[in-house]
Parts: sequence; structure tokens; C-alpha cells
Amino acid sequence: MISSVSDLREKAPVARHVRPEPTGTEFASVPVVDIEAQSVSKSFGDTPIFSDVSFRLVRGSSTALVGANGVGKSTLLRCVMGLIPATAGGVRLLGEPATGVRKSDLRALRARIGLVSQKHNLVPRLSVLSNVLHGMLGRTGGPRHWAHGFAPEASRRAAMEALDKVGLVHLALRRADRLSGGQSQRVAIARAIVGAPEILFADEPTASLDPQAGKDVMDLFMSLARENGVTVVFTSHNIDHALSYGDRVLGLAEGRKMLDATAVSLTASDLRGLYD
Amino acid sequence: MTDTTLPNRIERPSAVSFLAYAGALVLILWCLGGAGFSIDKVVSSPPRFADFAARAFPPNLEPGVLARLGWKMLETMQIAVAGAVIGVILSLPIAVFAARGLIAGPWVNQSLRVVLGFIRAVPDIAWALVFVVAVGLGPFAGMLAIVMDTLGFCGRFFADDMEAADKGPAESLAATGAGRLDVVACATIPGAMPSFVSTSLYALEKAVRSSTILGLVGAGGIGIELKVGFDLFDYPTAMTVILMIAVVVIGIEQLSGWARTKIIGEQR
Repeated sequence: MISSVSDLREKAPVARHVRPEPTGTEFASVPVVDIEAQSVSKSFGDTPIFSDVSFRLVRGSSTALVGANGVGKSTLLRCVMGLIPATAGGVRLLGEPATGVRKSDLRALRARIGLVSQKHNLVPRLSVLSNVLHGMLGRTGGPRHWAHGFAPEASRRAAMEALDKVGLVHLALRRADRLSGGQSQRVAIARAIVGAPEILFADEPTASLDPQAGKDVMDLFMSLARENGVTVVFTSHNIDHALSYGDRVLGLAEGRKMLDATAVSLTASDLRGLYD
Repeated sequence: MTDTTLPNRIERPSAVSFLAYAGALVLILWCLGGAGFSIDKVVSSPPRFADFAARAFPPNLEPGVLARLGWKMLETMQIAVAGAVIGVILSLPIAVFAARGLIAGPWVNQSLRVVLGFIRAVPDIAWALVFVVAVGLGPFAGMLAIVMDTLGFCGRFFADDMEAADKGPAESLAATGAGRLDVVACATIPGAMPSFVSTSLYALEKAVRSSTILGLVGAGGIGIELKVGFDLFDYPTAMTVILMIAVVVIGIEQLSGWARTKIIGEQR
């Protein structure tokens, strides 16, 4: 049992193969790595946030990223997605390099991923449907996707289907700032999945929700991800969520990766050590 | 034992603070001197003001005069609304390029901000004089002056509003591979829209106030009636113009406040 940061040791990463490679049968048992971080470090000025963080996450897996406030979970997520540049190290997403590449290449890569944020990040004055449509901008950008009134029929239908999956099709025309916290997060999930992403990142998706709404949102989020074989990485302070919804748990503490283990091999007290 | 002595009500300033206060006082006195401040004139002005008021009241309410002034006030409003609307529309694309970290690089941002600063630094009455020379006497010159004034005002504040808009939605869209223009159109501009509405309504109020005096330099509107009233010592008519301007400006401010509350649900 791990009771404190000093006791933490990296456990052997488990390459759990959830979704087999769709083409060919000869590699069916070989896990495909969707996310690969190699010695990633990040500093803001002279202040180091974390250093030398490496991991490989296989397709269809779900990984919880845990650690105390300010340890750099969100920053690591942003570095991996290329939203902010890493100070050192490299990242590959879906087999393509995500660091040191042209912006257009990075945008093309990001079109294959989705993000759900803690604050939901919907545009408050726009309709739910328009917000969901914006999730398709990476794949099919341009003025016709700026508002649902101008959008092509197929895109509108895709957005309605995404809303249907999160159970909010009846609120399609409601303004986003008139939703409850749980509804708002569901819309954010619909926006993230409407572009059929291959990787979903979620940055503390339940932090602003009450426990029941948080559980509902995580259930929905994970069922949609599993249904489509999407690779999921989520950050959370909720130890139960990390162990229940993650196949694997990565723990950050003291600016380093201090834990890397399968969820089934961990107990809640193991994770509490990261917060000491 | 804990020291519970009451502290001094006013702390003694440091030598630097004292010098700063003294310097500020000298500056104010110097400015008052430059502005021709005179106690004698202040003391002697009430009788003169009373004389003006006695000659100006009652205001001229003859139907013919009211009709003429009413049409001029209508023209003033047309100048203000047309100029403000065009100015606001032109401000938006300029502000998108002037806002830091959105679409254009720092050189473009800074250059546009300098241009907007210049436009703002030139008073509306000076723009009106320029446009009277350029397009001739009349309301069109006034409207162009209002366009420039609104452009300088809204261009700057729209850019600031977009820079201050919540970055969360923009980040979420950028994370899905959306291009810069898509992010600005779908997240930044809608996010800044309440501020845009508020700024635009202030621009309209400002335009109405400005347009009432542009007539002084021949750029249309009711200002010319005010000038003629004073030039001919027709103070009752001049007073009617002043009261009409006050009523319209206060009315527009009230309407603007109501619209602001209705549209964005808050006062700024």
C-alpha cells in the first residue's frame, strides 16, 4: 500500500487493449499507442511546473491524471494537446508528432481530438445547438458552422444526434447561459463528441458539479467514450472517480510523475499519498 | 502585555509623499493660472448670468420656430444614428486586428492601436472641419465626423473587450482544431458581445451629444441654430435650442440605459 509521496513507486504500466486495430488481423493483439509523452517538462519563466514526464496510453483506454492543486495536471494536459508549448520533451498523438510541427498540422491533428473543461466553456449567449456545432469547426470550419441557422443539414443533424446522446435534444434552442451546471457539462460533452474524436481529454469535468451530477456526467462521458472506442484522459481530484472510471492512474507530485499504475492495483489510500 | 495604544488618525507622510503632494498642488495652481482663473470674474458673473437668463426666458415656443428647430433636431439625430452605426460596423473588423493575441501579429496590433489613438485624439469638431473642407457644408460632413469619432472610440474598446473576453471557450474550440478566424467568430466575439453592446450604446449617446454642436462649423444639425441665436442676440430661441438638446440627450441616455439592461441584463 502506498501512503505518501515518498512511498510511491511507479508500477508497471499496463497496456490494456480495449479496441483492436480495425484493419488486418495479424496485429490484432498489438496495442496501438494513441498518446505518447516523452520526457515532457514545463516551466513558466524560472518556475518549473513538472519535469521529465513520460507515458504511453493505448487506444481505447481510460486514464485518470491525479495530483494536488497546482501540481500541473491541467498544464500537462495542455502541453499534450499542444495548446501551450512544452519546455522540453516530445508528444505524439495518434501516431503523429504533436510537438515541433507546423500550426496547420497541429490543427489537423486536433481535429481528431476533443476537450471537455471544468468550466464547460460554452459560449453563453449562443444556443445549445450552435455550441455543439462548434465542435465540428476543426473538421469542417468556415462561416456556415458559426451558427446553427447557416449550418449544412448534415452538420445540424450530427449536432442533434450528439445532443440526443447526452439527453438534451429538447434544449437545442435554449441559450447556453440558461442551463444548469449538469446540463451545461452535458452540452460540453456533446460538443466534444460531435466531431467523432479519437481522443477525449477532460480537465476536471465534474469539479463544478454536485456529487450526483458529477457521477451522472462521468457515467455518460465514459459510456460514450467506451461505445466509440475513444481514448480518454481525464484529470480529477475525486479519488473514487479516478479508480472507478480510469483503467490506469497517473499521479503527479513534486513536479514529477510519481505514480503510474492500473486502477485495479490501487486503493484510495494509495492516491491520498499524492495529496500529502 | 499587548500594546493597545490607538494609532494616529492620519499617518505622517514620508518625505517623498510630501514632495509629491506639494508638486501636485503646484501643478494644479499652475493650470488654474493658465486657464485664466479669476475670483473677481467668478464673483461678478452671477449678475451677468441672471441678465442672460432674464433675456432668454421664456424660451421661444412659437409653432413656426418649434417646427424649424424640430426638423433640425431630427437631422441631428439622423447624423448621430447613421454615423454611430457605420462607425460601430467599421470598428469591429479593425478591432479584431487590433486586439492582441487573436488574428494579427503584434506589429499589426500596435500599428492599428496607434492609428485608433490618433483618430481618437482629434476632437470631433476638428474632424467636422476637415470633412466640411472635403465634402462641403452640410450633414454629410457631420456624419463622417461622427463615423471617425465612433471608430476611434469603439475600435479601441472593442479590441480591449475581446482581449478581456473569457479565454475558456476559445481554448475549447482551438483544442478541436478550429482555425483562428473560426475561434474569433464563434467564441471571442460572442463572448465580448455584452461589452460591445454596452460600448455601442455609449457611442450612440456620445454621437448624439457631439452632433448637436457640429452645426457650429457648418456640418449640419441643430448647432447652427444655437450659433445664429447667440449671434443675433435671440436668446429665447437659443434657450429653446439648449432645452431641446438637453431633453433629447437625456432621453437618449435613458433609452440607452433601458436598452442596455434589456439586451445584456446589467448596467456597465
